[in-house]
Amino acid sequence: MWLLQPFNERATRRFLGVLLACLALVTVFHLAVPAGHPLHVSAYTVTLLGKYLSYALLAVAVDLVWGYLGILSLGHGAFFALGGYAMGMYLMRQIGDRGTYGDPVLPDFMVFLNWDSLPWYWLGFDIPGFAFLMVMLVPGALALVFGFLAFRSRVTGVYLSIITQAMTFALMLAFFRNEMGFGGNNGLTDFRELLGFDLRTDATRLGLFVATGLALALGYVLCRAIVASKLGRVSVACRDAEARTRFLGYRVERFQLFVFVVSAMLAGVAGALYVPQVGIINPSEFSPIFSIEIVLWVALGGRGTLYGAVIGALLVNYAKTVFTGAMPDAWLFALGGMFVLVTVFLPRGVAGLLSYRLGRKPARQDDSSTSQEAMP
Amino acid sequence: MRMLPRLLPGLLCLCLLIGLPLAAQAQDDPGQALLESIAADSYAEKGEAIEAIIASGDERSRRWLEALLDGKLQRHKDGGGFVIVLENRGRNWPVVDALSLEGAGEMSRRDLDRIGINNALRGQLQSALAVLDLYKDDAGDRREAARELLGSVDAAMVEPLRDLVAGEDDAEVRRLLEQALAIHRLDEGEIAAITELEGSLNGRVRAALSSAARSDDPDLADAAMAALADIEQKMKLNRGLETLYFGLSLGSVLVLAAIGLAITFGVMGVINMAHGELIMLGAYTTWAMQQLLPGQPGLALVVSIPAGFLVAALAGIAIERGVIQFLKGRPLETLLATFGVSLILQQLVRTVISPQNRSVVSPDWMSGSLMINEGLSLTLNRLFVLGFALVVFACLMLVMRRTRLGLEVRAVTQNRAMARCMGIRATRVDILTFALGSGVAGLAGVALSQLTNVGPNLGQNYIIDSFMVVVFGGVGNLWGTLVAGLSLGVINQVLEPWAGAVLAKIIVLVFIILFIQKRPRGLFPQKGRAAEG
Repeated sequence: MWLLQPFNERATRRFLGVLLACLALVTVFHLAVPAGHPLHVSAYTVTLLGKYLSYALLAVAVDLVWGYLGILSLGHGAFFALGGYAMGMYLMRQIGDRGTYGDPVLPDFMVFLNWDSLPWYWLGFDIPGFAFLMVMLVPGALALVFGFLAFRSRVTGVYLSIITQAMTFALMLAFFRNEMGFGGNNGLTDFRELLGFDLRTDATRLGLFVATGLALALGYVLCRAIVASKLGRVSVACRDAEARTRFLGYRVERFQLFVFVVSAMLAGVAGALYVPQVGIINPSEFSPIFSIEIVLWVALGGRGTLYGAVIGALLVNYAKTVFTGAMPDAWLFALGGMFVLVTVFLPRGVAGLLSYRLGRKPARQDDSSTSQEAMP
Repeated sequence: MRMLPRLLPGLLCLCLLIGLPLAAQAQDDPGQALLESIAADSYAEKGEAIEAIIASGDERSRRWLEALLDGKLQRHKDGGGFVIVLENRGRNWPVVDALSLEGAGEMSRRDLDRIGINNALRGQLQSALAVLDLYKDDAGDRREAARELLGSVDAAMVEPLRDLVAGEDDAEVRRLLEQALAIHRLDEGEIAAITELEGSLNGRVRAALSSAARSDDPDLADAAMAALADIEQKMKLNRGLETLYFGLSLGSVLVLAAIGLAITFGVMGVINMAHGELIMLGAYTTWAMQQLLPGQPGLALVVSIPAGFLVAALAGIAIERGVIQFLKGRPLETLLATFGVSLILQQLVRTVISPQNRSVVSPDWMSGSLMINEGLSLTLNRLFVLGFALVVFACLMLVMRRTRLGLEVRAVTQNRAMARCMGIRATRVDILTFALGSGVAGLAGVALSQLTNVGPNLGQNYIIDSFMVVVFGGVGNLWGTLVAGLSLGVINQVLEPWAGAVLAKIIVLVFIILFIQKRPRGLFPQKGRAAEG
């Protein structure tokens, strides 16, 4: 079983151990320690941590394409948001007649826009299985079409980054339109329940947090398995010397397409886990700046390590929570400063710093690859 | 006593000198005579006097005639000066002197005599007021007045208008007056009048024709229909031209925003995500100049052109020295780092100046519009920006093709090592090129400040579009950027009427994304060695 392969690696076992231990600790501190005790973890914090973990999964997805395939996608926010919207549509359908207007089928915003029936693309989203399938299929399909066109024409490097950014920008503009049928500006919100569990109870929140943690673990193992497989090695070869790999007889675009689609699906799952915890999905998730932020998480954590992406996502988002709470004005300065400092002084990220500290020879990484990424 | 005869002429002169201005004001003012005549006893004489006032072209005649119509033109009981009553309620009325039009305090109603008019005179006055401006000296004023007359000619005005047409020497005024008369004749049911109205794009002419098209007389209706269809054809052409103009205008903005990028990205290969913020800095420079030179928006704008260039260029040098030089050959990292710079610059502006938009005033000579014909007018500020974009483009072309710097830039781009061997200081060329590209971004900001609000998000709105333009046109090709920018602008405007602004933009983005798949190197790909890099 190639999926079990990663369990033979020490790094993976260590990562999974730490992750599962954290999940268990948070659960214990939330349930067993009484409120008011300094070690108690409030439901708010649990949800916040759940949000971070879904971001971490998203960062792992980006690291898979950027770190191991050399494709800097500035549009992964779009896949994340599409997964989120698919989940949001299911949650909207679950509201049923409990909305403000009490319409048994139509979500509130459609009643507000005087629509008399569901658009065809909303059909079936009341069935959880179908909705969860769409969470992966919609981003996957977009990635498939987009990647097929792009990789076939050998659009790589900076060009690909720019058109992925244009893609998410176009989607953002589209989702802002009321006529699209996704709630326009306000997006989808006011969710009630997921699979019959009330979203506002602490137990559901804890459950979502644990589910997100497990999804992250699973996603990590999957990515690790891909990376360690022969396919992953060819991907790295594409990253480091695309032309040479092609001359060796590999169909580079197929490897790129496969990894890109898997990554988009992972991002979709992350979005789907994010939405019920945050309680809203709106077009701002499509904004290009969010997609670039994801890349920063990966860069800060250390690209091409997977666990670095998780560290980066957690660190940056924790900093964001602290900063936007204490000094909202300073956050963009801090974020901008991080972009500059990390790229200039910390090209291997925190992960690189860690392995340096541990006295190990840093793993061969991206420096050689990026210098070979031909600038047209 | 012998002195007296010799002094007398001198004294007389002195008296004259003192008295002359006073007398001149009262007697040499032709207005006094005109007003005297209007105060005549018989209504027939008054009628002639009104004609005389109109024919005089005196600037004050409108004021007089309006006052006369309202019964507010009055005369001192003692037969002296004329006044215009401002407010005829109460015992004492505030008045202005009819000749100087300056306030003359209050006067008791008992001291004043109203200059009366009858119904015939009232009608004459009303039509006279309508044509009054046609007597002005300035042809522009006369055209304006004639345009106002379209559709409001009545039977009483026909005769005086015919006379005016005969005496008019401005062709445009004559044409408009004839049209006004033709509309009157059309309303009367005269088919021949339609031939004179054919091809006019004026809204009132169209209104008159469409009401004629609904008339009971089938011949008249058919003729009017035919004329209307003809006009509609012309309108379509005009709308097409207008769309083209708006498209070119939008395109020129895109070209301005992208042309700096075409240099830093296209020629140097540096991805500068802070390019939009350099545009923003240029726009804020214009705003700052206007604050420094209050009341002189024109001068401020002219000064902003070099100032905006300098500010953005200096910021560009700082970015190049501070960040980009450490990331040579790592384009993706450069992208991230400059994105960080853009966030910092945005927040800096928010913190230091304000998160609110700032308004930049347009100077007089840039506001208003250039009227091509009655269906098509071009706003001047857009015209200026279009011209400015072309000038900037031409200058850049010259710099790249004809100067030492351009030669060195091209050499360093094509083969850095070889260029250095030939004695070109590559680092210096890097700095100067980046400064040039950034400075042009600043110029774009100066131009944009005339079209949109100046705010911290100004640059963000253009960065993706700019990259699209450069990539669409073909990286490293300035001509490509020009063609791509203008054509994207036109495509956008052509799509807008039936798709809406947002959808048009989405369609354009999707189009570019698909286009890149088909031709990864843009419209005008570089050939030869430069393409291999």
